[in-house]
Amino acid sequence: MSGTRAPAVQARQLIKTYPGDVTALNGMDVTVEPGTVFGLLGPNGAGKSTTVKILTTLARPDSGTATVAGHDVLRHPDRVRRAIGVVAQNSGADPTATGRENLQLQGRLYGLKGAALAKRVDELLDRFTLTDAAKRPVKGYSGGMRRRLDVALGLVHRPEVLFLDEPTTGLDPEARTAMWDEIGRLAGEEGLTILLTTHYLEEADRLAERIAIVDRGRVVVEGTPDSLKGELRGDAVHLELREAVGDAGRTLLRGTLVGLPGVHEVLVDGRRVSARADDGAAAMPLLLAAFERVGVGVAAATVARPSLDDVYLRYAGRRYSEADSNGTEQLAVAVAGGAR
Amino acid sequence: MSTAVSQTWYMTQRQLMVFVRQPAFAVITLIQPVIWLFLFGNLFKKVVELGGFGTTSYLDYLVPGVVAMSALSSNMWAGMGTLEEIQRGTLNRFLTTPVSRAALMNGNVVNNGLVTAFQSVVIVLLGLLGGADYPGGIGGIAILVAASVLLGTIFGALSNALGMLVRERESIIGINTFLLLPLTFLSSAFMAPSQMPSWMRHTADFNPLNWAMVAGRSAMSEHPDWGDVLSRGGALLGLAVAAVWLSIRTFRSYQRSV
Repeated sequence: MSGTRAPAVQARQLIKTYPGDVTALNGMDVTVEPGTVFGLLGPNGAGKSTTVKILTTLARPDSGTATVAGHDVLRHPDRVRRAIGVVAQNSGADPTATGRENLQLQGRLYGLKGAALAKRVDELLDRFTLTDAAKRPVKGYSGGMRRRLDVALGLVHRPEVLFLDEPTTGLDPEARTAMWDEIGRLAGEEGLTILLTTHYLEEADRLAERIAIVDRGRVVVEGTPDSLKGELRGDAVHLELREAVGDAGRTLLRGTLVGLPGVHEVLVDGRRVSARADDGAAAMPLLLAAFERVGVGVAAATVARPSLDDVYLRYAGRRYSEADSNGTEQLAVAVAGGAR
Repeated sequence: MSTAVSQTWYMTQRQLMVFVRQPAFAVITLIQPVIWLFLFGNLFKKVVELGGFGTTSYLDYLVPGVVAMSALSSNMWAGMGTLEEIQRGTLNRFLTTPVSRAALMNGNVVNNGLVTAFQSVVIVLLGLLGGADYPGGIGGIAILVAASVLLGTIFGALSNALGMLVRERESIIGINTFLLLPLTFLSSAFMAPSQMPSWMRHTADFNPLNWAMVAGRSAMSEHPDWGDVLSRGGALLGLAVAAVWLSIRTFRSYQRSV
């Protein structure tokens, strides 16, 4: 991440209202450095998809500016389109056409032809393990295969910036894990910038180098997953001692531990010692060294980091699961529908 | 320019393949014309004896009408396909590529035109098999096919516009069901104009379906009335241009509403 390179994606103060006075975006700011994976995290209806639609030239903002790969999305949508790959929630591969035919058409739309096109299509089929299914109509594909084809469609012209809108929504756990691995590999590719949206905390945490938490059409906080969680004062640190300490040992331990920088709320109870630390990982060596100094053996040590859920609670002012209740309702309806 | 042309071809080819891959569907769409030509045609065989049909074989009279009816009834569902592509996300996927926006719409028009031309020719051949006579020759048939393609373009474009505008299957189904029979019976499809009640005959003058029938039937007759052919054909062409323009406008408003 060199500071001198222009951002791959930069959106400033995007505002978008849909008919019926629905404010989808209310001053959205996003900056993505080239070659990184950036996650927009938020519940359904937070404005993630609208942001992606504007950045991919599908929708126009009411106000605000955005550039993608250095091109203004409003003034030069065509240049933006050549530079981006888009994997939408519904990418709509033609169900009656085969996987290969879908890829060929997509390639042609970007001007690929002949041997170069055939080679690229073969590469992608191979890479996404679709070679065996290449001659079959897409309607017979499993959810995971379809999603892999969607990603392949987005990559056919070797884009600079790839947009993944809810890449694993609707996938079963196995397919989801496979997709995560695939996205992880993509992220390692030279120069590819990925902007992904998700409403899964776990997904953002696992895939994105930087995360922006979106709520009600704007970014409420942004940073690396670790820094976001680190801002919440206090990882929980738990230690288990080899043997229980007496009253004297307890006083000695407390006295030693409380003096350590960034360590608070030390509690010694028999063999169990717990504390809060500003940064659990940083505090751990200090703690272990302190135990060694006073001659108490440690059997086990764990650090529980605050989850993104805690981060969301702090910045959006409500629990993630509450904000996402819309999605839960839909799930409930789907379950009820399935039961009938 | 050549990019737009080749992209239009890719878009057309994509849709044609859907038609080609479903031969059963193509056969099903010909069931109705066959029923009109051979069941209805035989049932009402003697109707020509009333006079004014310009031929002694009811089948001769019926073929242009059935060709135009089929063009209408197959193209008025075009919006369903467009709606499906919107809902499936296909249209948005194309819109995020550099593909020419015109190619996306033109692909629809060209595809519908080719399918309509194919169906029209098949119906003409079926009529020939059934013993129909086409004194106007190949030229007359070509004019009938052209008129039915224009008619199909009008209703295909309107149906697409409706699909993009309302985004509901029910609305398309409702409007089509509402329109199909009145348009059919307020035309010269089954009855010579001179035998029609006068209010129906005059209403039919404003019915594009009837324009296609009049132009095609006249061109295929022994003594074509070129004035009729040109006036009806010109009206169809004008309306087709207007309908396509309207669907392009609707497409733009769809893009704004995404």
